[in-house]
Amino acid sequence: MSTSMLSAPFTRSELQIQSIMLTVVLALAPGTAWGVFIFGWPALFIFIVTVASAIAFEAACLMLAGKRVDATLLDGSALLSGWLIALTLPPWAPWWIGVVGAFIGIVVGKQVFGGLGQNLFNPAMLARVALLVSFPVEMTVWANPISPFSSAAPGLLDSIAITFGGLTPADGSTGATMLGWVKTEFSQGRLLDQSLATGDYGFYKSLLGWTGGSLGETSALFYLVGGVWLLKKQIITWQIPFSMLATVALLASVFTLLDGERYPGPLFHLTSGALMLGAFFIATDYVTSPNSPVGQMIFGAGCGLLVYVIRTWGSYPEGVAFAVLLMNSLTPVIDHYVRPRIYGRNRKGKPLELPEGRE
Amino acid sequence: MYILFAAISLAALGMGLGFLLGAASRYFKVEENPLIDEIEAMMPGSQCGQCAFPGCRPAAEALVAGEAPPTLCPPGGKALAERLANKLSIELDLSGMGDMVPQVAWIDESLCIGCARCIKLCPTDALVGAPKMIHAVVADACIACAKCVEVCPTECLKMHPVKVNLRLWRWPKPETAMAGA
Amino acid sequence: MALFDIHALWDGKLFDVQSLLPGKPFEFKGLIKGNQSKIRGGVHPEPRKEATADRPIDTGFPLPPMLYLALWQHVGKPADPVVKVGDKVLKGQLLAVSQGLVSAPIHAPTSGIVADIMDYPSAHPSALPTPTLLLEPDGEDRWMELPEKIDPFSLSPEEISLRVGAAGVVGLGGAAFPSAVKLNLGRRTKIQTLLINGGECEPYLTCDDRLMRERARVIVDGILIMLHGLGAQKAIVGIEDNKLEAYTTMRMAADELSEGKVEIALVPSFYPMGWDKQLIGYLTGKEVPADGRATDVGVLMHNVGTAYAVQQAIRHGKPLISRIVTVSGGAVGSARNIEAPIGTPLASLLAHCDYRPEDTARYVMGGPMMGESLPHPNVPLVKGTCGILALTQEEVSASNAKSCIRCSRCVTACPVGLQPLEMVARIRAGQLEQSLKFGLKDCISCGSCSYVCPSEIPLVHYFKYANGELLTRDQANHKAEQTKKLAEEKLARLERQKQEAAAAAAARKAAAKKPKITEQAA
Repeated sequence: MSTSMLSAPFTRSELQIQSIMLTVVLALAPGTAWGVFIFGWPALFIFIVTVASAIAFEAACLMLAGKRVDATLLDGSALLSGWLIALTLPPWAPWWIGVVGAFIGIVVGKQVFGGLGQNLFNPAMLARVALLVSFPVEMTVWANPISPFSSAAPGLLDSIAITFGGLTPADGSTGATMLGWVKTEFSQGRLLDQSLATGDYGFYKSLLGWTGGSLGETSALFYLVGGVWLLKKQIITWQIPFSMLATVALLASVFTLLDGERYPGPLFHLTSGALMLGAFFIATDYVTSPNSPVGQMIFGAGCGLLVYVIRTWGSYPEGVAFAVLLMNSLTPVIDHYVRPRIYGRNRKGKPLELPEGRE
Repeated sequence: MYILFAAISLAALGMGLGFLLGAASRYFKVEENPLIDEIEAMMPGSQCGQCAFPGCRPAAEALVAGEAPPTLCPPGGKALAERLANKLSIELDLSGMGDMVPQVAWIDESLCIGCARCIKLCPTDALVGAPKMIHAVVADACIACAKCVEVCPTECLKMHPVKVNLRLWRWPKPETAMAGA
Repeated sequence: MALFDIHALWDGKLFDVQSLLPGKPFEFKGLIKGNQSKIRGGVHPEPRKEATADRPIDTGFPLPPMLYLALWQHVGKPADPVVKVGDKVLKGQLLAVSQGLVSAPIHAPTSGIVADIMDYPSAHPSALPTPTLLLEPDGEDRWMELPEKIDPFSLSPEEISLRVGAAGVVGLGGAAFPSAVKLNLGRRTKIQTLLINGGECEPYLTCDDRLMRERARVIVDGILIMLHGLGAQKAIVGIEDNKLEAYTTMRMAADELSEGKVEIALVPSFYPMGWDKQLIGYLTGKEVPADGRATDVGVLMHNVGTAYAVQQAIRHGKPLISRIVTVSGGAVGSARNIEAPIGTPLASLLAHCDYRPEDTARYVMGGPMMGESLPHPNVPLVKGTCGILALTQEEVSASNAKSCIRCSRCVTACPVGLQPLEMVARIRAGQLEQSLKFGLKDCISCGSCSYVCPSEIPLVHYFKYANGELLTRDQANHKAEQTKKLAEEKLARLERQKQEAAAAAAARKAAAKKPKITEQAA
């Protein structure tokens, strides 16, 4: 650092990138641990493979681009991206899904744009959507949650075979996610009360996350707690999570009142799928969300709207990834039109009128 | 068969449009590029020749033809370079101008013999004085074209960098290279 | 230079105010009333005021062997010396007169001999040499003849302004804008409210706090004199709620002296509360239009230090020749506020407070948020210097800038409502004009954005660079236009001369046909 010419301020807040990333990772840890707990060894394997490849890809890209590898890798952004990618994968997915996902997320989703802070789309969501479209079979095998102490849980060797050996999980150990189940049942003409009764659905199960789904999307509770903690630590602001959850809840309430047989209620929506994870950890991604508070409200509301629309009328059961990506593409537009008002100027940037009699 | 149709129709389309373009370029030809006039109007107009062209008009022509970079005009400096690049919608590479320190003519009064040759030559009347009297430089009007330096018989005229004082001082661009950016 | 003062002070610890005001129990929270909604952005840097806030102002600073009086230490034109090298001058004597409408004179801080008028390093981040008058004190510290004590309220408002201007009083909060110019403007525009800035929101600095605690009556007297000079009836002093002792002292002084004309108000403590427009918004609810001045909404703002200097100038006829300056920082052994003569080398002030040069990573003039880094402390104290800090490496805590992660903390922190990240992205790409569209010109350089940036990007530095570069370009464009005009004029003249020569030749030719007349003429 040159001592010759430096402008004020000469004091800095202590919060730095690295600590932000690590705090987010900490907030994700309980939900991740829960995922590993209910899905067993294969979940742990795919998680490790994905995070390790994300870091490896990041290092390789930095080296190729001739940038400083150590300093940038240490900021923890690759760890966080890899972590989020892993959370979006089916827990019993084969190992190469994790590697390909990390490649798409880190290389295509981030480094190609110019590295940290330059990407237009959320890397984790880009990876998930690309995988879902390219490998629909592998990406929709949902393991049923199972206690690791139960005899039905896969052992270490079986688990290695599931992740690395292409072993097809035994019948009955996989099923549909709650959102997928409701959608399938509905397409066969069965209404909500029937499908929910046969689908082993319960509010508390859904809230805690004792249900099939991606490694990191099952437990609404853990992510809610993690998200609120992030809010308290002032790592994220309330605008995006609040407007996203509120929009989904509002839409769900309106439609369930209109037709309770057809549309599940707000609690069902809030506790299922990746909504909590998405609202607190995905949509709030700094790089790909608007930077003014009002813009963030619009962004969150848009995400919520799209999630509800895709879940309810789309062909995919879950829509958080698509919703976030679509709103990511609108972020520059939102940032262009929604700016904070500058002191002494009106919203259009023209100076305020002078009071009467002054010139 | 279908492939053939596709190939033929595409080829026909291409040829038709090509003819149209060719005809347009012939019938709507502009004799003199009006851009040259506009560019010339932006130049200082002192015909100082520091750009290695004989005057501002030839320089403007070279600019429009793409034979000279927008940074060609030292008296115009970065400001003119930027306006020229904007006008011509071309990329601007200021790296060559970065270390260009503004200069001003300076007269060594002990050597000046008052020959008035420099006064006749100065394009902006920045040199004042009368024959047989020591000349002086009006620093605000000097564009550092250095024509006077060449003509001075006693070598009393020199170009000096403009001395930076508190009014001219500016914050430099932050030098911290951003890691990973 | 902007027209605002940033001051600083902080107390850090809360003390029991009720014990100070026996029999007058009241709730402080209830006192904080104002336009909370008008406050935007801001940050809470560590106050670090405890080192100096509770120590009395040191008035026993010994005269240094030489005083360096910069001729340009205020906004406007430099002062013009009226003394010659070798002249013997008395304390308070006029050394240099103001030039033009916006300027301020310089007076002798002590008696002595004018040793030289030369270029000497300036109190500026570049420390570039600037014309400076060197005064060698004779040690007698003998005052010039001071006028009899005057009743300020018998003077006309115009006379008040004149005397304030002649005493060389400038804004002591840091901006160093000539106070008389502001008073004249306020009187002409018939402002209703005089605001006095006792915010002092910069970390470390406590000079205004100490001044309010120790000389509250003088400040209130100065405020009343300024009100008289403005023809206004109402003054509000804004003091941050972490300076409760200053608040209570000022309140008692105001109750006693001002007959209700001077109100003392508590304002929330955060940075930059001392930004004049922030205080105006909070205390009066008004917003100053972007192309206007505070007087356009009927208010005028001065700093508490300025009020003190005005009182000294009017009541005692003493020009501004000294000021209170905070000497602090981790490398300073016994930090305190010092009343020092203008022109004292900052190094002498630091040495007086036992600073350790080997521990100093950075010398800062002013506060750490908006102050200027000095390459060395051998520059003189100027009227606008609120503090000199010798900061250790730990306190400066600078590391290399990293990529912007668009966390938009800078957007939240900006008190003006700018988007610093968008502006920097454009400046780094060389699109300076684009950054103007995001409000570059509205930036007040408060440093809040740089302070919060987790990537440690020197955002404010980019804005200062861009503003300077744009100014240079404007000047270059202006010069280009001038050059064009000069060149055209020269060409026209040459053309005219050619025509005249041709006409003369033709005349000669015509004359040659009549040799007789030519001979006669010859």
